[in-house]
Amino acid sequence: MPETKEHSSAAEEAVERWQNETLDPAMAKRPERKKSFQTVSLQEVDRLYSPADTEPIDFNDDISFPGEFPYTRGIHPTGYRGKLWTMRQFAGFSTPEQTNARFKYLLKEGQTGLSVAYDLPTLMGYDADSELSEGEVGKCGVAVSSLADMEVLFDGIPLEQVTVSQTINAPASVLLAMYLVVAEKQGASWSKISGTLQNDILKEYIAQKEWIYPIKPAMKLVVDTFAFCTEHIPRYNPVSVSGYHIREAGATAAQELAFTLRDGIEYVTWGVEAGLDVDRFVPRMSFFFNAHNDFFEEIAKYRAARRIWSREMKSRFGSSYERTLQLRFHTQTAGVSLTVQQPLNNIVRVAIQALAGVLGGTQSLHTDAYDEALALPTDRAALIALRTQQIIAEETGVVNTVDPLGGSYYLESLTKQMEDEAVEYFRKIDGMGGMVSAIEKGFPQREIQDSAYQYQKAVERGDQVIVGVNKYAMADEPSEVPILVIDETVRTHQVERLEQTRSQRDSGAVSNALKKLKLAAKNNDNTMPATIEAVSAYATLGEICSALRDVYGVYEEPAF
Amino acid sequence: MSNRKIRVLVAKPGLDGHDRGAKVIARALRDAGMEVIYTGLRQTPEMIAAAAVQEDVDAVGVSILSGAHNTLCPRIVQLLREKGMKDCLVLVGGIVPMEDLAKLKEIGVAEVFLPGSSTENIVKFLRENVKPRE
Repeated sequence: MPETKEHSSAAEEAVERWQNETLDPAMAKRPERKKSFQTVSLQEVDRLYSPADTEPIDFNDDISFPGEFPYTRGIHPTGYRGKLWTMRQFAGFSTPEQTNARFKYLLKEGQTGLSVAYDLPTLMGYDADSELSEGEVGKCGVAVSSLADMEVLFDGIPLEQVTVSQTINAPASVLLAMYLVVAEKQGASWSKISGTLQNDILKEYIAQKEWIYPIKPAMKLVVDTFAFCTEHIPRYNPVSVSGYHIREAGATAAQELAFTLRDGIEYVTWGVEAGLDVDRFVPRMSFFFNAHNDFFEEIAKYRAARRIWSREMKSRFGSSYERTLQLRFHTQTAGVSLTVQQPLNNIVRVAIQALAGVLGGTQSLHTDAYDEALALPTDRAALIALRTQQIIAEETGVVNTVDPLGGSYYLESLTKQMEDEAVEYFRKIDGMGGMVSAIEKGFPQREIQDSAYQYQKAVERGDQVIVGVNKYAMADEPSEVPILVIDETVRTHQVERLEQTRSQRDSGAVSNALKKLKLAAKNNDNTMPATIEAVSAYATLGEICSALRDVYGVYEEPAF
Repeated sequence: MSNRKIRVLVAKPGLDGHDRGAKVIARALRDAGMEVIYTGLRQTPEMIAAAAVQEDVDAVGVSILSGAHNTLCPRIVQLLREKGMKDCLVLVGGIVPMEDLAKLKEIGVAEVFLPGSSTENIVKFLRENVKPRE
């Protein structure tokens, strides 16, 4: 078409020449294997990327140098040459004694940080002896009902030296309080301890669905921890804004990116409204992303995340402080991608996903164990997962240069495409009045459900291949792998400690502390000091959450 | 054969909030022409059995990923039988270790669908196994 040709650039003309002279004759002889090539997010991928695709991208404005705005290439000028990522395996099962032993095993084998998985009763704010906890104690994580359990969990682990990440959300302020009291009892100074509280309640309503209170009071509890940590635990990250669960629930890579960063913006907005200084609390916000199967799409997602965050912090909140602009994140490989069939194949999936996280510049990484589609990992499976990270770090050479894939025509185009998609979602969510209102309207939830359904259909059509499941399946699979079994004696053990704790504590101090907590909640004061007093008096998690339920009520999910 | 549509209750017992599978199944069964009632999260076995009776369903699909299946499934099956739902099929989907499969079938679970199961197979199973009503 002569008209468009007038406007096409030299780069575009070069592509056209290639198409005419080389591609078309080749395609005439041998057509491609299929009509459409798609990412795991069902996004179309072009045959070839070339300088024509990166023309709209400006090196200085969009890519730049590591350690410089907009941080597309990473937040550290030296990448992993200065410091490797933290190898932080998520672990927790059964009793605090057993998880404590697993922690010590992982540290001994070279893991560099801890990450606690709590069981479902703990995540939901119920004690081990609650009727609702039956069958669930110690199953999906470690059971913690009071400070007595927390003391056992971290026994012999120096909290001033080891950083601990806690995956806890609805009752996060209570578990943070327990952690602080244990640290204090060890003689660790709050000014020196570091670690991360997941504390991302928005993604609970969107995807993970472990909620307790209605959204607004739950957001207030999050802001309480921001304020408290900023004042008293300056090196602690009070939130890990999580896309992981959003992705696991079925979101595409772009939806994971968009909803997570928009959640982040929502927390900043609430913090600012509560009177906090952006450049004091935002630098301690951290993020958490998934590492799924589509290698380049994932790397593009992490790079886009850093670029978008720095731009949004600048444009929305007027910050120019580099630590506010720098997005730091943890990565976990995609549990949802693991298969029950031919489970050892999962080791390979995890290695490739982890490599994407590293090439995307993650600050810390969890690699899933190959048996996680069957049960919680055994020691052996957990060890191979850790070794996978060590092989990437020590053998592959990908850590030798910063952002080794920067400048790739495909990767840079994809990074830009991710950014554009996320910004389009921001526009929609802003139009709804922010993320809290969008969640109340069911918007992100519906988007994710739709994507999950489309993906399932694509798998069933065979458009998305899962090796060992819808292709290369085996009728007679080799024998199963050994799995970790957690029986009901765990609950008995936990209930016994709970009863002992209740009988030995000063019940007057407990009821006083709970009264104070309710009063703080009613008066809209910061709830952290009263929460710390309550856990110190050995008030249980269930008692503390009940007190807050009395004041705040409980969340009911709307039907959609 | 009556023309009555197959009615299925998709249920999430226990404290687990992972509802991706339950929602995908509910939509796939609806697309296959079945009537589907989804309980929402955190239903006790008692609530699930009561809903099954009230909705007069042909099958209950229980989604569990937390490892609590050995506690929850026997109670659901027992309560359904006590309430006279003799022909109501109980299907389980989720993360269930191989060694528990036989146990679940023994207590009356019709089939267990593990990760990687196709929705087509679940639809087919229901069509072949739901008892026709007069």
